[in-house]
Amino acid sequence: MCAMENSAGFGGNLKDEEQHMTLIRNEIMPDVWLTCVTTDKFKTGCLSVNMITQLQRETASLNALIPQVLRRGCRSLPDMESFAGRLDDLYGACISPAVRKIGELQVIGLVSDFVDSRFVPAESLFDDILELTAEVLLRPAMEKGRFVDAYVESEKEKQLDRLRGRINDKRSYAMQRIIECMCTYEDFAVSRLGDEASTESITAESLTQQYYQLLESSPMEIFYVGSRDFETLESKLCEVLKDLPRGEPDYDIGTDIRMNSVDPEPRYFTEELNVTQGKLSLGFRLGEIMDDPDYAALYVMNALYGGAVTSKLFMNVREKLSLCYYASSMVDVNKGIMLVSSGIEFDKYDEALNEILTQLKAVQTGDFTDDELSSARRAVAAELRTYVDSVGDLEHYWLSRNLRGETNDPMELSRMVDAVTREDVVNAASSIVLDAVYFLKGNGEEENEDEEE
Amino acid sequence: MQIKTYHSINETLYTETLPNGLIIRVMPKPDFNRTFAVFATDYGGADRRFSLGSDWIDTPAGIAHYLEHKMFDMPDGNAMNLLAANGASPNAFTSSDITAYYFESTKLFRENLKILLNFVSTPYFTEESVEKERGIIGQEIGMYDDSPDFQIFIRMMEALYRNSPVRSSVAGTVESIAQITAQDLYNCHKAFYAPSNMALSVVGNVDPELVVETALKLLPSEKAPKPIVDYGEPEPMLPVTKYTEIEMEVSAPQFMLGAKVQPELWGMPRLHQRHVGGLAMHSLFGRSSKFFTTLYSKNILSNDFDIDFDYAADTATLFLNGQSQNPEAVLDAVLAAADEVRRNGLDEKRFNRVKNATLGSLLFALEDFDNMAVNLAHSAFYGYNTLDTHTPEADVTVDECAKFIAENLTEEKLAMSVIKPAVQVL
Repeated sequence: MCAMENSAGFGGNLKDEEQHMTLIRNEIMPDVWLTCVTTDKFKTGCLSVNMITQLQRETASLNALIPQVLRRGCRSLPDMESFAGRLDDLYGACISPAVRKIGELQVIGLVSDFVDSRFVPAESLFDDILELTAEVLLRPAMEKGRFVDAYVESEKEKQLDRLRGRINDKRSYAMQRIIECMCTYEDFAVSRLGDEASTESITAESLTQQYYQLLESSPMEIFYVGSRDFETLESKLCEVLKDLPRGEPDYDIGTDIRMNSVDPEPRYFTEELNVTQGKLSLGFRLGEIMDDPDYAALYVMNALYGGAVTSKLFMNVREKLSLCYYASSMVDVNKGIMLVSSGIEFDKYDEALNEILTQLKAVQTGDFTDDELSSARRAVAAELRTYVDSVGDLEHYWLSRNLRGETNDPMELSRMVDAVTREDVVNAASSIVLDAVYFLKGNGEEENEDEEE
Repeated sequence: MQIKTYHSINETLYTETLPNGLIIRVMPKPDFNRTFAVFATDYGGADRRFSLGSDWIDTPAGIAHYLEHKMFDMPDGNAMNLLAANGASPNAFTSSDITAYYFESTKLFRENLKILLNFVSTPYFTEESVEKERGIIGQEIGMYDDSPDFQIFIRMMEALYRNSPVRSSVAGTVESIAQITAQDLYNCHKAFYAPSNMALSVVGNVDPELVVETALKLLPSEKAPKPIVDYGEPEPMLPVTKYTEIEMEVSAPQFMLGAKVQPELWGMPRLHQRHVGGLAMHSLFGRSSKFFTTLYSKNILSNDFDIDFDYAADTATLFLNGQSQNPEAVLDAVLAAADEVRRNGLDEKRFNRVKNATLGSLLFALEDFDNMAVNLAHSAFYGYNTLDTHTPEADVTVDECAKFIAENLTEEKLAMSVIKPAVQVL
């Protein structure tokens, strides 16, 4: 249990560092943890209920489909029309399926967003949301003891559409492909929705079985942000979740952080599609520093290299050399990797690749100015400070922190970022190694288009 | 300064119009760390033919967007870097109607606001820097060429509109931007970036007096005339083409249905029409509608389905778009739903439910400072204020919505734009 900041109340003063929020985290049922952020500053609230499981090729598609089918109907509101109509009555509340990949954990949940009852004439709104969320999770619409066939088939089609649809956005498609190429021997290569073949083989029978398995054996993370306090929430949740089956939890879950590249030399992959702009993605391992990661330094290093508009990639590859329309980097501290994403003209491949790597070398050798460093620090710290201003950001921030066992709140972490030194940044970049390069280029067919009309 | 309090949502809006014509709108949020400021001009991609009183000036498609890219250049460096060095996240966008420059910051607000006001009102272009930008914008246009979302939209606009400049991409084409010079950019800046043609809005942890004071001190004090813009011949209400289709590298067919609406151009009637259109469309096609739930269950629609009602350059357009294996079936269902309304009106019970849901979504929107600030600035150019949705005068009746549907969703008014998957050669 940790208190983020206790405040006596909220008021109208303009001091910017007073957060007016209290955070309490505790286990409320066996392996069910509640993280509760109590605050009056928002007009809306959020409750998310998440089941934590290992991301694996065999089960990923099944798990991903579960919340989609749950959302089709529950016992008291067995079809979409009655369910969606009920949400309209609850002032446009949403109960959305959430399937997330955090490191090699697959997080299967329901996220409920709702307005705070202070602003609408509906006193029981909060209780209604809690009850409905629990019902969707625990008492789905069923026939003959299993999920409704029609719902399973229809949601399967939609999951297949989503999997196939990933090619529509070439930028994110190129990011997905670099992960698949780089981590081909790791569970991390599995998409959060699994794959087409295993989705196709799902039946109402197999899905129902997996649902009970997941419900029973997954550790659960519940997150709440809104105006209610921990005690109110705990007692209400224990009441609505009293039928939650709790079996032997699966403690053997986590992420395999590999320090080295797959081969001693980087691997190169090229794909052709009918596109007018090339996409170049690079995958790196963060390396040994992941033994004892300094998260604040890693975030600053990334902002300096390619995460912010003052970054080396943006300033040099895009602005100075005009080699691309965008070039940016991101670190995934859960998996210990860094990815670079860029959009380039096909014939700029060698030049762009070379420059992206040259800029990394500069970071690793400390070849950056104090201004670059302070801009990077300020960008990261400012972003962290805005997390406490957003219901959704708080939810996501705490979910991934809780899974890594970290306890720094965003304000604490922003102060750690303010203190990151040049040496910290060089050290954070010191063990980075290039593992794979992916290039999406055109197949020379685009000239044939543009006829028509 | 004018102060208006909206009790039902516990918000207060501070408004001021400076002697130079600049409209300032501030919504203080004292419990928050961040502040979002947007400085916008009533000048967008559609404002291509204009006059300052005498001659008409024609400019190429994409010039407002080109100007936006170059505004960050300052004689002593780049404003983007100055703001970013302060930990602010700066950016800008150009739509058909407006160009907006903004930043979000959690510290040093006054300094950042000064930089924003300063760089947007200081044109500084050289032939060399303008030339260099051509490649970057060319790449951006290339990205749009590959984007199904963009292609389906622009082809829809071409199908609906005969003369309106909203038919063209805001970014222009590689050809249309080829001749743009530094002098062109200076001319457009001079015409459209005077305070009388601009609005400044701020949402966040800020003192309204400070915003007004800073703007008074930094911006020119004289009131320049507002340019007059010509959007061409009035648009007939029927589409040019009812159907348009291309192939792209997509996994499943994408569709967009669109219909022109006779727009209210100014003030409360515009806000009201916007609200009527939104409620009407959500009542008939929203997630809880018979239309959506039926097509979803039949796998004709997926969650990838959106409803929009947008205004741009004296046009107003209804859109329904999403992914479907059978776009024709969607069109048929839309027409059937509209016919049903023409025969029997809208179900009042359902309408009231959707009204409750809409109240909720307006509350959700208040948490989104970025959009709030942009909407406050944008609506200033059209003589209304988005927060007035939360007043009793803005109330909408079921009959108004039924009438809106009956008039606008007809067989002859609807056009469809489709993207089919290219046949893959493996």
